[in-house]
Amino acid sequence: MSALEPARLPDARPPDGRPPDGRWHPAEMVFWLALVAVIFVFPGRLVLGSQVLITGLFALSLDLILGYAGIVSLGHAAMFGAGAYTAGLLARHGWGEPLSGLLVAAAVGAAVAWATSFIAVRGGDLTRLMVTLGIGLMLYEAANQAASITGGVDGLSDMTVRDLLGVFHFDLGGRTAYVYSLVVLFAVFLVCRRLVRSPFGLSLRGIRDGPRRMPAIGSPVRRRLIAVYTLAGAIAGIAGALLAQTTQFVGLEVLGFSRSADLLIMVVLGGPGWLYGGLIGAAVFMIAQNQLSSVNPVYWQFWLGLLLVAIVFAARGGVVGAVASARERLLARLAR
Amino acid sequence: MFTNAPGVLFDGIAYGSLLFLMSIGLSVTMGLMRFINLAHGAFAMLGGYVSVVAVTRLGVPFLLALPIAFAAAAAAGAVLERTLYRRLYRRSPLDQVLFSLGLTLMSVAAATYVWGPGQQPVHLPRFLLGQVRFLGVDLGVYRLFLVVLVAAITVALVALVRGTRFGARIRASVDDPQASAGLGINVTRVFSVTFTLGSGLAGLGGALSIDVLGLDPTFPLKYLVYFLLVVVVGGAGSIAGTLAASLLLGVFDVSGKYYVPAVGAFVIYALMVVLLLLFPGGLRRSVR
Repeated sequence: MSALEPARLPDARPPDGRPPDGRWHPAEMVFWLALVAVIFVFPGRLVLGSQVLITGLFALSLDLILGYAGIVSLGHAAMFGAGAYTAGLLARHGWGEPLSGLLVAAAVGAAVAWATSFIAVRGGDLTRLMVTLGIGLMLYEAANQAASITGGVDGLSDMTVRDLLGVFHFDLGGRTAYVYSLVVLFAVFLVCRRLVRSPFGLSLRGIRDGPRRMPAIGSPVRRRLIAVYTLAGAIAGIAGALLAQTTQFVGLEVLGFSRSADLLIMVVLGGPGWLYGGLIGAAVFMIAQNQLSSVNPVYWQFWLGLLLVAIVFAARGGVVGAVASARERLLARLAR
Repeated sequence: MFTNAPGVLFDGIAYGSLLFLMSIGLSVTMGLMRFINLAHGAFAMLGGYVSVVAVTRLGVPFLLALPIAFAAAAAAGAVLERTLYRRLYRRSPLDQVLFSLGLTLMSVAAATYVWGPGQQPVHLPRFLLGQVRFLGVDLGVYRLFLVVLVAAITVALVALVRGTRFGARIRASVDDPQASAGLGINVTRVFSVTFTLGSGLAGLGGALSIDVLGLDPTFPLKYLVYFLLVVVVGGAGSIAGTLAASLLLGVFDVSGKYYVPAVGAFVIYALMVVLLLLFPGGLRRSVR
């Protein structure tokens, strides 16, 4: 296979002119306050809400490697599933303390990502796509075959997750799950937000946009890619562990191909390379799925496919990209 | 341990020839335009359904249904290439992946809507049923038919690519599209024709594969990995590489499932990752 064109997301570029001082835009504050407000406005929808937050965290992880480092992955569920099974198995075998479970899951997710990164970040896009896909499928098969540990197709249940901090019980209404997921999401988001504005984050963008020039200016491309891939693995592991702890169930589909593919769709739908894109994409995707698939799951898949084709032809950059370009047009008109 | 090794080997070869038929179009597409087409399996599925409809509803003989399946998939490929694919040749791999993934999802949903989620029945003519004994090994007649047919198609393809003027244009375009265009070769047209031919071959493969792989709406997703694997390992744009990779994959997959069923599909994914590690540029450069 000859070298494919380097990954470029020219229309999904974050505003590079913005000073990297980390000041908060008012829209960002509104976004996070809205997530808090959900607790009081939709107290009956918090189970779905916590699922959206968890998927958003997972999308954040993919956005780091796709939107910033330009690694196209079709196997990101591998780390998510590893984290989910870690937390699930810990809780099942007597270690029900959620926060430490989260940390162990993050370590396992990072370990899986680090171990596979050496083969996942080499080669062109097609090779990366295939290797990540292959790793995802291998883990799925492994979990399927090791039914005595993972429960196989029946899934892993019977786990006892203890009260959060010894105080907050995981209630059926999902209130604890929602707040827990929101706090974890926000904490991880802060880390990522700081990271992408750091020299490290800038060098990732450099690798994405000019993979041949970065080595020339002395940037250790391979090491950077391995580092960000490992970090993304840790975040995906946390997301998986959150899902396992809040639903108290781990099914085989946490490792499935469609989880990876859906995730890619969410990030692209929201707009890669903004951090918020993945969160918004996850919310839009999951709410739409929740509404449409109750009508008919097959139709949902059709419209999803149509939406993808439409994004590629009409709206590259996703929701966030469309909003940003609309804002730029508006500002340009006002300036005149 | 290796009981029935010749039989398993033969089944693997038959399976590999099917993979070859369904992947060769994808290989040429990727080699020619660097287009990552995850929807290639959808054309194979279309051919399969067309042949089922032709045989069971319209009463067309099986052998006649095969060219019909070829024509239907080729026509669908030609139309989609003109209307959609062509606009994306210069776009990023991510765009191509998303577009073709969307197309795949739509095809899966559409096939479920029209034909239902179940497996489709296949009615083979009587002379293709049963087994023959050859050198002390029982060979399925249908699989023998597959191997012979695919061998004939391969010879025809090689003759087309090596022996004709159009084949020379394809080879030139694969090697260097820009220089070829500079020499007056209409690369766009060459690509249209090869895309159509590749889709048709996938459709033919889909029709032939019902008896071996089964046919249900998830077909394009289920075998996506196999097609991609063949192309990546075989090296995009190479007939010999694609053939070698298909046969290798077919034999490994069948023998893996036969001898170590507990490991299941694990063998094939592990093989893929190992081969990609050993030959990041595809088998072609090492086999030739």
